[in-house]
Amino acid sequence: MKKGYYGDFGGQFVPELLMPPLLELEEAMRTIVPSEAFQNELNALLADYVGRPSPLYRCPNLSKELGFDLWLKREDLNHTGAHKINNTMGQGLLTKYMGKSVLLAETGAGQHGVATATAAAMLGLGCVVYMGAEDVERQSHNVKRMKLLGAEVVPVQSGTKTLKDAINAALRYWIAEQNTTHYCFGTAAGPHPFPLLVREFQAVISREARAQCLEKMGRLPDYVVACVGGGSNAIGMFHHFVPDGKVKLIGVEAGGTGEPGCYNSAPISLGTPGVLHGMRTMLLQTREGQIEPSHSVSAGLDYPGVGPEHAHLGATGRVRYDIAVDSEALAAFEALCRREGIIPALESCHAVAWALTHAREIPKGAQVVVCLSGRGDKDLGIIEAYERKGGASA
Amino acid sequence: MNPSILTTRVMEALAAGRKALIPFLPGGFPDKDRFFDELDALDAGGADIIEIGVPFSDPVADGPVVERASLSCLLNGTCLSWLLGELSRRKGRYKAGLVLMGYYNPFLQYGLEQLAADAAEAGVAGFIVPDLPLEEAGPMAAALAGHGLDLIPLVGLNTSEERLAAYAKGARGFVYFVSVLGTTGMRDTLPAEIVERLKVVRRLFDVPVALGFGIKSPEQLTAFGDLIDAVVFGSALIAHIEDGGTAASFMERWRD
Repeated sequence: MKKGYYGDFGGQFVPELLMPPLLELEEAMRTIVPSEAFQNELNALLADYVGRPSPLYRCPNLSKELGFDLWLKREDLNHTGAHKINNTMGQGLLTKYMGKSVLLAETGAGQHGVATATAAAMLGLGCVVYMGAEDVERQSHNVKRMKLLGAEVVPVQSGTKTLKDAINAALRYWIAEQNTTHYCFGTAAGPHPFPLLVREFQAVISREARAQCLEKMGRLPDYVVACVGGGSNAIGMFHHFVPDGKVKLIGVEAGGTGEPGCYNSAPISLGTPGVLHGMRTMLLQTREGQIEPSHSVSAGLDYPGVGPEHAHLGATGRVRYDIAVDSEALAAFEALCRREGIIPALESCHAVAWALTHAREIPKGAQVVVCLSGRGDKDLGIIEAYERKGGASA
Repeated sequence: MNPSILTTRVMEALAAGRKALIPFLPGGFPDKDRFFDELDALDAGGADIIEIGVPFSDPVADGPVVERASLSCLLNGTCLSWLLGELSRRKGRYKAGLVLMGYYNPFLQYGLEQLAADAAEAGVAGFIVPDLPLEEAGPMAAALAGHGLDLIPLVGLNTSEERLAAYAKGARGFVYFVSVLGTTGMRDTLPAEIVERLKVVRRLFDVPVALGFGIKSPEQLTAFGDLIDAVVFGSALIAHIEDGGTAASFMERWRD
């Protein structure tokens, strides 16, 4: 297979000026990441600072109602409240080993921005975060957190003023500042080697989950479910289960409002192949190849593309990609709050929603593991606004 | 293969004792009708090659001036098929060599073979695709070569000698040297290390060398002497038109 490709997807579609830092990063992945010194330091940080391993928790009440065992991989219990910290601690540490001094990030919902700012503060690095102006408004709480952690947050006014444009702006900044700055890409997407690098740092989720399943269930699970925006929690959750052919892997994309013709964030289910942000992948685009705006009630899934490995896993059929719409995600939010005492991120609610809406096709007694990628404190404003419009419990 | 029209245009300018001028204008800018008036004016005003921008929603190598112009063209309905259709109707009208500058995805969606055929039919001589480095350029270069069109390599201050040599192998048209580690847009000063890098480029490439990104006045070029054969300007021209000027008045400053 061609370097940096997953089947037909992946690659390095970037300006030539970005090739030297990408090649430098490939080299660092090859030499630094596998080294004992790096691995020891990273594992110590994950254990003592991030709080790993995260528990694999069986939901007692929902399991009883659903007739199958619903397990949650509790990434929401990580420091800063989401899986994002696994990646930013990895890339932050790599930045230090590479001798660079600034972490650059883009962020949509703000969780990756917060996680990057956290890693930067902890590791003594500078931090610049690009964020769409619209997301700055929607996620003001996370903007405050990033600033408290010492990051410079730059609102992006161009295009749709969301994550897609924040990535464009960050790539432009990186072209100019590549000698001092590492671009801490937030999801398993972008030009090679980012999809591989982010998977490397997120695969800790399935490494732990697989072992925990064997210990707690005495066998492998029947289903592993994760939400897919760019796809970093999902690729981390799937990775060590991919060779286990009998484990059904389900990726859940965001369907937006679900009305005919509405904007969505489901490029694998509803998009076509194309090139954006350095990769060939599935995209929401017009016939002329212009990128379409995406939509989801959850800012973290609101992206018109997806990581190339997911596009490949979808094309080969190893992973089944389905859609959950905003209202289903909000129903899952309420179910987890009320029945289990857990306030989940709206992103993760899409994965929980799949398990709830597909309960009939899931055999009695099945073992279903859902990646609970983050906690929902950040989304309370969105939930309130939705309820005001009569959406959530109506 | 026939000699490149683009190389020929640059050599003709050099033979006349001047650098070749390569203005950049986004297709459909400032509006769909006036665009072709300005294109005529650039051609009549001494442009040797004209870079026509194919607008894209996510122009990652461009600065704010080009991005704004590009997005406004999308809003006024400019698309690749319209552009190729209109150019086709005007085929043979331009002295200058025509180059389409655009991001890969719109070209890919059009279909690379079809694109090469239709572009040749429309009198286009080559393409500049900023998000298509060496590693990914193969399919498009092959499709274009089949119709005698050039894929112009873009290189920069941080391109290693090894990569420069790889780009130089089989290069056609001209090589586009990006003057800054950054996006398009006018700058008051250019990096001093350009001169040393241009010497390496000059040594490795058989085709003419064009300098672009950040250029706003003819005076900026004196430092490079014979190391460059052509100059590309985009943001300066766009800003001039946005300020109420015309392509004709812009070209006057550069012609001498």
